[in-house]
Amino acid sequence: MAKMNYMYNGSSDYIVSEELRNSVNIAIALQKPLLIKGEPGTGKTMLAQSIADSLGKKLIIWNIKSTTKAQEGLYVYDTVQRLYDSQFGDHDVADIKKYIKLGKLGEALNAEEQVVLLIDEIDKADLEFPNDLLWELDQMSFYIPETKETITAKTRPIVIVTSNAEKELPDAFLRRCIFHYIAFPDPKGMEEIIKVHHPRLEKKLLEQAMETFYMLREVPHLQKRPSTSELIDWLQALVVGGISPDKIKEDLPFLGVLLKKNEDLDTLLSGLYNKSQAPGRTYISGSLNRYRQ
Amino acid sequence: MFTNFFYTLKNFGIPVSMNEWDSLLDALEAGMGGASLTGFYHLCRALLVKTEAHYDRFDLAFATFFREIETPEGLPDKIWEWLDKELPELEITEEMRRNHRQLDLDELKRMLEERLAEQDGEHHGGNKWVGTGGTSPFGHSGYHPGGIRIGGESMHLSAVKVAGERRFQEFRTDETLGIRQFQTALRRLRHLTTRLDGAKTDLDLDATVDKTCENAGRLELVWERPRENGIKVLLLMDAGGSMVPYSRLCNQLFTAVNKSSHFKDLKIFYFHNCIYDWLFHNSHCRNDEFTDTEYVLKTYSPDYRVIIVGDASMAPSELTRVGGVIEWGQYNDKPGIDWLRRIRHHFEYSVWLNPISKDFWDWTDGAWSINKISEIFPMEELTIDGLDRSISKLRSKHAVKAV
Repeated sequence: MAKMNYMYNGSSDYIVSEELRNSVNIAIALQKPLLIKGEPGTGKTMLAQSIADSLGKKLIIWNIKSTTKAQEGLYVYDTVQRLYDSQFGDHDVADIKKYIKLGKLGEALNAEEQVVLLIDEIDKADLEFPNDLLWELDQMSFYIPETKETITAKTRPIVIVTSNAEKELPDAFLRRCIFHYIAFPDPKGMEEIIKVHHPRLEKKLLEQAMETFYMLREVPHLQKRPSTSELIDWLQALVVGGISPDKIKEDLPFLGVLLKKNEDLDTLLSGLYNKSQAPGRTYISGSLNRYRQ
Repeated sequence: MFTNFFYTLKNFGIPVSMNEWDSLLDALEAGMGGASLTGFYHLCRALLVKTEAHYDRFDLAFATFFREIETPEGLPDKIWEWLDKELPELEITEEMRRNHRQLDLDELKRMLEERLAEQDGEHHGGNKWVGTGGTSPFGHSGYHPGGIRIGGESMHLSAVKVAGERRFQEFRTDETLGIRQFQTALRRLRHLTTRLDGAKTDLDLDATVDKTCENAGRLELVWERPRENGIKVLLLMDAGGSMVPYSRLCNQLFTAVNKSSHFKDLKIFYFHNCIYDWLFHNSHCRNDEFTDTEYVLKTYSPDYRVIIVGDASMAPSELTRVGGVIEWGQYNDKPGIDWLRRIRHHFEYSVWLNPISKDFWDWTDGAWSINKISEIFPMEELTIDGLDRSISKLRSKHAVKAV
């Protein structure tokens, strides 16, 4: 059993909950991939950066798209280039190695020192994608038939996998992962996160903005509820726009920063106007007390 | 040592496997749990639970199992308090609450109490706890999320037998399974077409070989546009009262269809028992949110693949009479069966998926209407196999019967 060589403790620009910190350290110690799920904007991708920063390791990011194949993460054999070179170039094409380009996973395994590998949004890819990576993630090695080479990790990289739950991940893959769900931060946690991004924020403004923000999240039938990153942008907009804290709840300025979909704006407005004769006010103040404990 | 915890978790519907259990034991040996129950709780959860949907079950299982350490009376409160004591502050309560954004703590406690009451009952009988009642509203062996089976039947078996039994059930394809299996089946529903616009990024191998040969071996590359799925899907779901027992199954299909991003277009409508002049926008079938069926027939081209999900069980009048609609306050000018025929006529590729098992089609209350409707639509049962067969039917025109 590996010892706890590295202890992740969060970094200066990323607030980590105790649970998440535990999960990260468990994953590092057990040398298993850490699968992170959570609402958009809860800092899934940021986590890998934070781990890399705090442990002083290089971060390699593999962004997954709907067309990404598992093979691409290992290596790509550029046959077309080789064919071209053989016909026109004065290159020596006998050395196949020159035409083998390592993918992100290959790069991480081939690295001299331990790296942090982020496999971002794994659910974007094809259903079978995670299954195709099982062996490589288990053994941390792969074979290149063209060059008869086996690339094995000198030190197993710290693997962080994020998912937005667009697709179900296969059980076999899940079994090999440590899982953590980043819950949406409560107001107290949120204040800490905001302090990292806006250290000198007026207290009144923050309070008002937070109350409005959590109120908006409670509005039923929103397609995309505003999340942390939107709140941070919104606060920026409020500060730059010089909005008076008293006006925030009444006027809902720069609402477009928080709600990105037209339908959501409509839902909110119709909600506000239907609930009371005096637009907005009753509805908002009614839902406030829930966030004061 | 505490192997029973493993089975407790399984009984509560958490799909723990031996691999994960091994990792947990390794981790404990390495002293990663710390000396506190809280540390142990985090460690177990990170290693054994693989979806946030199961966090709740895990908490229930954890509380149930470790209650035996404390005095059993006034139990659920005790457990939470007890967990709290392990930490200097009351932090754990906060954290747990955050994990259960949907359920507040009171709700959770209430559920736990109910669960424990049930479990005690079964415990007296000398059986192992079986998490039938609480975990799934519709009880035994049918449908479980993620394809895990904790059948009601396994009550009387020894633990080893239960484990063995489960392993085999996973391989059965006539069982109704999880979302992923549905997704995999739906993935076969694709019809690749070459787009007319977009960049030519794929190498056309045949054309390249031809061109290169024409050039006497001098390489010339030919590129083509990537192909994409041209399949459009229209999903019509019965949201009537008789479908309630199948709601979990239908939800899984619904989620699977919804998450299948490979369709060019996906439209979903709801109906109550039978299709009449209106198709509703949501499962409440409210009178103010609907689209005229006529409009759907005119607007959507015949190449839409229509999947109708419903038990097809209704009174004969609902199917064949003018004004036979079951909903109070609605009136249909044309009998439902006419609408069904028109839909079938318009959409060449259509199937009816019935959540009732095929064996019962001749025996249920709705046998008459099931029979009638299966004369119009090819009907399959809503299982993985049935879905597979329907998808073959949706792929080819040959399978269309004359109406």
